[in-house]
Amino acid sequence: MRIGVITFPGTLDDVDAVRAVRLAGGEPVHLWHADHDLRGVDALIVPGGFSYGDYLRAGAIAARAPIMDEVVAAADRGMPVLGICNGFQILCEAGLLPGALTRNAGLHFVCRDLRLRVESTATAWTGSFAVGQQILVPLKSGEGRYVADAATLAQLERDGRVVFRYVDAAPNGSMGDIAGVASANGRVVGLMPHPEHAIDSLTGPSADGLGLFTAVLAAVASA
Amino acid sequence: MARVVVDVMPKPEILDPQGQAVAGALHRLGVAGVTEVRQGKHFELEVDDAVDDDTLHRIAGSLLANPVIEDWVVTRGAPAS
Repeated sequence: MRIGVITFPGTLDDVDAVRAVRLAGGEPVHLWHADHDLRGVDALIVPGGFSYGDYLRAGAIAARAPIMDEVVAAADRGMPVLGICNGFQILCEAGLLPGALTRNAGLHFVCRDLRLRVESTATAWTGSFAVGQQILVPLKSGEGRYVADAATLAQLERDGRVVFRYVDAAPNGSMGDIAGVASANGRVVGLMPHPEHAIDSLTGPSADGLGLFTAVLAAVASA
Repeated sequence: MARVVVDVMPKPEILDPQGQAVAGALHRLGVAGVTEVRQGKHFELEVDDAVDDDTLHRIAGSLLANPVIEDWVVTRGAPAS
């Protein structure tokens, strides 16, 4: 099972995402932002960092990078795509996920381990969890406040597309304490916290995050 | 060639903590009478005369601004700042 991990200029967490894929039992494939080639992968991860220095808006320039044409086309075909932190911002800017991520309320960069509640297991990335399960993963972002208009928020809640929620009040002021959302078909998921940093208790606060990477292998195998 | 200015502002309902921080700093400096600050972006484009208004709005709405959270105004022929 080949899982692509895209590197943009300024991406930081591609190495940890590759490691997470490998630990989960997948074959990680490095992808480069300037290419138009997904190298035959079965799923895609858009990792965290500060692509293009967060110029203009976080994720705005990366969302228009050459490889994103292929990412959008693949997502339209149903390929699983996961955006983590800056990757979530990129997927929102690319129009693959609704809403936007804005400057944290209170302006502080938040870097801490925190609990998320899994709100939906009906996605390509969360099938290994149980609804209501809590997972412990790090959050590290300055522009992680999830916002969307009232109609969009109501639709996300109604359709079960809120995938992760902060257990304690969102430290960034996210609307509805939303930490992650999914596309209508559940194949594209984005979240601000970092599951790829929580795959091994030796190097992270838990191994809870590994569940996303094992889940997508099962989702691809059953497709 | 003409100068086009695109001003981008957070929508009124979007929390603007940066603007609030500026307002707080003004308050601490003892400046009276400033009740609110909202912070946006100001773009100056040099464009060929062939670039029409539709194109300018497409540029603004697809890249310079994020329509989910921001409004924009395109002004043609604005004087250089």
